[in-house]
Amino acid sequence: MGLGGTLLLLIAVMPFAGALLPGLMIRAGRNVCAISTAVPTFLALTMLVVLAPSVMQGDVVQAQIEWLPQLGLSASFFLDGLGLLFAGMILGVGLLITLYARFYLSGEDPMGQFYTYLLLFQGAMLGIVLSDNILLLLIFWELTSLSSFLLIGFWKHLPEGRQGARMALAVTGAGGLAMIGGMLILGNIVGSYNLTDILAAGDQIRASEWYLPALILILLGAFTKSAQFPFHFWLPHAMAAPTPVSAYLHSATMVKAGVFLLARMWPALAGTDAWFYIVSTTGLVTMVLGALIALFKDDLKALLAFSTVSHLGLLTMLLGFGTQAAAVAAVFHIINHLTFKAALFMTAGIVDHEAHTRDIKRLGGLRHLMPITFLIGTAAALSMAGIPLFNGFLSKELMLEEASHTDWFGSAYAVPVMATIGALLSVAYSLRFISHVFLGPVRDDYPHKPHDPPFGMWAAPALLVAMVVIIGVAPFLAEGIVTAAANAVTGADLHPHLKIWHGFTPALWMSVIAVAGGIVLLLLHKPLDKLWIAAPRPEAKAIFDRLIAGLVSASRAITEIGHNGAISRYLAIFTASSVALGWVAYSSSGLSAPTRELLPVSPVIFVGWVMLIVATLSVVTMHHHRFRALVLIGIIGLSISAGFAYLSAPDLALTQISVETVTIMLLLLALHFMPKITPKESSAGLKLRDGVIALGAGGGVAALAYAFLMRDIETISDYHLANSYEGGGGTNVVNVILVDFRGYDTFGEIIVLGIAGLVIYAVMHALLDGPAARRLKNTDYSHDRSRDRHPMMMVVATRVMMPIAIVVGAYIFLRGHNQPGGGFVAGLVIAIALLMQYMASGFAWTQERQRMEYHTMIGLGVVIAGLTGVGSWLFGRPFLTSDFTYIHLPPIEEFEVATAMLFDLGVFLTVLGGVMLMLYSLSRIARFAGETVNVDPMDYDPADRVPDEEER
Amino acid sequence: MEIIVASSIGVLTAGGVYLLLRLRTFPVILGLALLSYAVNVFLFASGRLATNLPPVLSPYGDASYTDPLPQALVLTAIVISFGMTAVLVMIGLGAFLEADSDRIDMEPEENGADAANEGSA
Repeated sequence: MGLGGTLLLLIAVMPFAGALLPGLMIRAGRNVCAISTAVPTFLALTMLVVLAPSVMQGDVVQAQIEWLPQLGLSASFFLDGLGLLFAGMILGVGLLITLYARFYLSGEDPMGQFYTYLLLFQGAMLGIVLSDNILLLLIFWELTSLSSFLLIGFWKHLPEGRQGARMALAVTGAGGLAMIGGMLILGNIVGSYNLTDILAAGDQIRASEWYLPALILILLGAFTKSAQFPFHFWLPHAMAAPTPVSAYLHSATMVKAGVFLLARMWPALAGTDAWFYIVSTTGLVTMVLGALIALFKDDLKALLAFSTVSHLGLLTMLLGFGTQAAAVAAVFHIINHLTFKAALFMTAGIVDHEAHTRDIKRLGGLRHLMPITFLIGTAAALSMAGIPLFNGFLSKELMLEEASHTDWFGSAYAVPVMATIGALLSVAYSLRFISHVFLGPVRDDYPHKPHDPPFGMWAAPALLVAMVVIIGVAPFLAEGIVTAAANAVTGADLHPHLKIWHGFTPALWMSVIAVAGGIVLLLLHKPLDKLWIAAPRPEAKAIFDRLIAGLVSASRAITEIGHNGAISRYLAIFTASSVALGWVAYSSSGLSAPTRELLPVSPVIFVGWVMLIVATLSVVTMHHHRFRALVLIGIIGLSISAGFAYLSAPDLALTQISVETVTIMLLLLALHFMPKITPKESSAGLKLRDGVIALGAGGGVAALAYAFLMRDIETISDYHLANSYEGGGGTNVVNVILVDFRGYDTFGEIIVLGIAGLVIYAVMHALLDGPAARRLKNTDYSHDRSRDRHPMMMVVATRVMMPIAIVVGAYIFLRGHNQPGGGFVAGLVIAIALLMQYMASGFAWTQERQRMEYHTMIGLGVVIAGLTGVGSWLFGRPFLTSDFTYIHLPPIEEFEVATAMLFDLGVFLTVLGGVMLMLYSLSRIARFAGETVNVDPMDYDPADRVPDEEER
Repeated sequence: MEIIVASSIGVLTAGGVYLLLRLRTFPVILGLALLSYAVNVFLFASGRLATNLPPVLSPYGDASYTDPLPQALVLTAIVISFGMTAVLVMIGLGAFLEADSDRIDMEPEENGADAANEGSA
């Protein structure tokens, strides 16, 4: 990637980097803001000019950065003649629009925002025309839809602006989605997403059976963007945007993106009957229809909008012809349309700005009041009409010339006649623009007395009109860029000669008819206008709104079926479909024969099973009595941990029993603040429905569990069993898996637990700041309070047990690597020991003796575990590789030290901190609710005594 | 034994799902607790059942062991499900204290009102 490539990358990045500036610089004033917008644009334009000479000679500048090579997506750009033409237009007009908008926007408009959006949009457009990767192109394509949404809806206070922006986004966004599909197909056919490769593989693409779907999808994207019939309706509604936006989006950029895409894809897709009939017919219809509607629009900008639709149709038609001469005409007309249409939009904006209306019926005679604007507007409109000595004439002649020898379904007249009608209508509305706005008598009923604007405002359109005239008089000046762009489109080596006089060709006669007919139409405008207003015609916006409303209600109906907010519905769907899928799997392939024998059942286990079943059924039937339900839950948990112990899972039994204890404590604490009874409010029908769902789920799970319990599987655990001692240094394989083999999982899990603790703490704080705090303060909990909250026997017993419990905890922790136990269980055991202190001696008393905050403990735990993992990096081993050694200290027998133990310490601390933080948070709520605090380790009834200062 | 475990899983699941469908937060939390028992036992059982074969390596030569991997996974699952239950309890408690009601269902009418506004704007 040489200097050229670097410059190209800079050009692509410049608008995005610059987009930050105006938003900040607005604080320094409107001029600085406008200048800071112009600077990045100007720099990019300068770099483009530096690259221009070599590109004009046919070189292609390339730059590439690998981005996601796995997906075939790279940030690659290239600059050829077509890219140069469009990039020049985007940046050049962007500069003029920046100048124009500085004077157009009023002091109330947020100018910084405007320029930021403008630069974002500019960057997205540049990206489209410079991308050398179709996936990248798609990204920029969507970006233009999004950033134009911001620009069109810039006047957020106007409902038209918001609706127009939404409509534009919906239509172009939908087209963009279609195009993604088309581009992916295209990439699949060619086997590369590089545009250069795709353009070189035109024959392969056209021969593919996927050609037609790809073509249609891509055309949908291009047609929606370029407002081709029947998607043309969004463009006039986008006119609710400020005029600089309209001038930019609808002359040089947004809508030209579709045309650009047609031109870009021309070598890959054009040249087939499908291309010809779809593209040229769409273009032809759009051209005539747009011109017809434009003639009867009274809003200046609407007139220009429909004329844009018409001219885009013309361009589409030319590209659809698929001939090289038509491509030349299209490229030339892109330049000409840009110059006169941008100037016209700006003129319309000036008129609106000065006269405070854009309604043609309220204007007229402005040539006396605004002579400069009149000159600019007239020259541009004459060019739009295709009058000789203006540039519009030249490309229109080329178009008519091409149309005159195009057969359409065997008819030699269809296309020429339609094209002439289109040109005729174009003359009519262009002349109407001049005569009904500027000519005629001066009126005295303008909403505001108009006069010419300051130089800054008319400078930009004047410059464009100068180009209109210069190209119109000396077309050979544009030959260079037209040649470069046309060669890039067609891939051929063309040398077109642009000139004014081609002799008495059919095109000239068609032009003459068009001009004469246009003048006649203009003279007849009044009666025709009455006819047009009286005639019934479809209102696109109403249709669009109905369509959207239909889509919304359809998607709502679908959502309601599956996702209506009722959890029973999700569960019913989920259960029914899981059971059905299980049934399908079972009935289609059946089950293999059982390979395992049933294990014998001892009487004790049978008793435990009965307890579990009865307790579960009782929870379900008696859940209205919440306290009873908790006791029953405890029974279930204990039965399960006994089951774990019986079924060779001592670690699980230990964990389950300690978790059970803290869970019940937690629920008891929470129940203290909640109603003790659940009201009976479910109807019999509801219970039946829920019962059916529950039985379906339970039955399905039981059948599945039974099915796999009776069959053997391959397990990967043999590896763990074999390597636990030699690799991990421990004989308790479960613990070695936790802290070594699957240490990374455990690391994640303790973080989750820590976060859960912090979430609870945060919720508690939020509660104590909200309306809940008032409720807590005002609720009287005293009636369910014990008179002897800290009984002496319990206090003494827990005090005595505390050291023992800690020793047990330490023992469980230390043996964990070799015998059942470990950080999880030890953490829970110590937590229970501490909880006992809290329960027996009171919260505040215990809290005073606590040395370390629970948050700190969580953090410390995670950090220790993490550092242990990182520590293995120092020895060049992967994260969390553990090591161990044996230490012999004389009085004790030799014992083993493993780094895994350090990791387990982290687990221990996090579990302890997390659990304690959760219970601490609930206790805080209790204290807030008026729970009294004892000073001494034991008390009888604080209410009986005179409270001290310290007690509250 | 297998029948005992499978039926226990089934009963716990059914009870859990039924309670999950109740209209107040507390039974829903109980339902989730039952369901997490069921899921933990289910996962544990995927290592198949064995008695007197704990996965603690024996110093006396070749012995057979039960599958340790599901046990390790379930161990963390038990602790995590405790954490999740605790978060739910706190949220349920907070909702009750803020709104003075522990109902969990949403009002279906609200959706309809939104729809009408979106369509016309």
